[in-house]
Amino acid sequence: MAAAPEAAVPAAGRTEPNHGLRIFLIWLPLAVLADYLLYFVYGPHMPPGTMSTSAASQQFDIKVMSVMAAPVFLGVVVYAVYAMVAWRPRAGDDSRDGPPITGNTRIQVSWITVSTILVLSLFGFGFYELVTPAGAGAGEGPSPIWKPDGRPLQVQVIAQQWLFTYRYPQYGGFETTDLILPVGQSIQFNVTSLDVIHSFWAYQLGVKADANPQVNNVAYTTALHTGQITVRCDELCGLWHGAMYDYGRVVSVAAFKAWAHKTEIKMAKITKTLPAYASVYYPNEIKGLAKFYYEAGLPGAGGGFYGNQYYPNEP
Amino acid sequence: MSVAQRAVTLLVAFIAVVALIVFVVVHILLANPPTVSFTADHVAGQPVSMTIMTDPVNDVSDHPDWVSYFVRSPQTGKWVHSTIWQLPAHTRINVTNYEFDTCDPLRNQFNGRVSGTVGNVMSVSGEADGVNGKGISVVNSNTTCGVAHTFSVPGLGINVPFEGVLYAAKNQCTQGPCGMSFTHTTTTFSFITPGPGDYRWQCFIPCGLASVDGNGHAMSTIGFMTGYLDVVS
Repeated sequence: MAAAPEAAVPAAGRTEPNHGLRIFLIWLPLAVLADYLLYFVYGPHMPPGTMSTSAASQQFDIKVMSVMAAPVFLGVVVYAVYAMVAWRPRAGDDSRDGPPITGNTRIQVSWITVSTILVLSLFGFGFYELVTPAGAGAGEGPSPIWKPDGRPLQVQVIAQQWLFTYRYPQYGGFETTDLILPVGQSIQFNVTSLDVIHSFWAYQLGVKADANPQVNNVAYTTALHTGQITVRCDELCGLWHGAMYDYGRVVSVAAFKAWAHKTEIKMAKITKTLPAYASVYYPNEIKGLAKFYYEAGLPGAGGGFYGNQYYPNEP
Repeated sequence: MSVAQRAVTLLVAFIAVVALIVFVVVHILLANPPTVSFTADHVAGQPVSMTIMTDPVNDVSDHPDWVSYFVRSPQTGKWVHSTIWQLPAHTRINVTNYEFDTCDPLRNQFNGRVSGTVGNVMSVSGEADGVNGKGISVVNSNTTCGVAHTFSVPGLGINVPFEGVLYAAKNQCTQGPCGMSFTHTTTTFSFITPGPGDYRWQCFIPCGLASVDGNGHAMSTIGFMTGYLDVVS
């Protein structure tokens, strides 16, 4: 409905304070204080911490995004509270709605300019952080766009329903349920699965990589502190998904080497039965086994998993 | 339609929905096998003897072709179709498993090792591998097709691969619980329970028929190839 002609004209002689300046002067100190508290006080405690280069990088990203978001949030809140207080109805006010605000070029240009700067800044920052070494994309995928200098420690993460195991190819390829890592040394996680899709999420290290069957997802990091790691599966993977977690440790280089050599010897017997170390494994190609099933007329409890070629009548 | 008819229709629909919800909650969400207690008659400081069996079939459930565990009740001596076992904390549990099922390959040979048991070994007697009564720490299912199922408690580091019955064996079990006259292997091992808590256990052989590459059906249903150790103080 069109506004009444008289309502579109401000009351003659009425003096309005500079509301924009008032709002700005209230907002500015609050925004500065909020940013200071977010970055310097709460920031060092933001997840996922600073236990590794990846985690520290992610924490920095979250701090930057918080610092950029807080002033915007406060701007909305301050404006809303100011409006409720300054423009509340008073005794004797005209009960009709005020004139619509249209065509304020200064406000429109300011709004679009500030929004564009914020969004493009976040885009540029986020893009850079995603591709930079030890950046936010600490589950880099099968073809990483960067590699750390030197010779990283290789740790293969093998997921299956419902357990993570770890292989150390530089120590004879032994496999273990213990995730032990050295501090200060670059680490290359090679993440794969033997059955369905899982996700390797080493929370304190800031590493999360999908564990897909027949795919090797690579993630790099360097632990900066010793301590405990919580590893969880982060992909709904069946009945015991919620119980698919374990704990690892970051220890000194000397302690790691001692553990690795000791475990290599301890696991030697089972290591002999493992398939040769590879980036991915094909459990359905266990040598001779599926053929054995077929020739024996036994489909096997695994159904066609061990090779449909041996079950011509199976779908 | 009269007001009375509408009211009756609404009431019937409401009752049907409520009944459906109750059915789902009771028969699906809360459906669990009974808990078999090894604590009722337990004397503190004494070990507990637990006897279980792994059967290729069963005659006591809606899924007779699903593999499953049975446990012998310490109170009645009868076999119970359950995988929830209540055990005393900080106690040695001496386990005997009768394995009536044939073998399947481990998806990860790492689960062919024995771990978390007393001495990290198990003893096997029977006709599957010829290792009569000798403590062994590794079973290679790639070469021998020797593992039928595993008893694994990931949270406690326990993993015991049960050697299976050879495919060529005669007199294989066709009913569950299986009678001792059927061909089987016998595995014994011991482990020490930790403090109180619920510890899930499972089999690491993909033995759920062809469902979800072998990890569905019995593998994903409590009461068959997975369950809880309910450890109490």
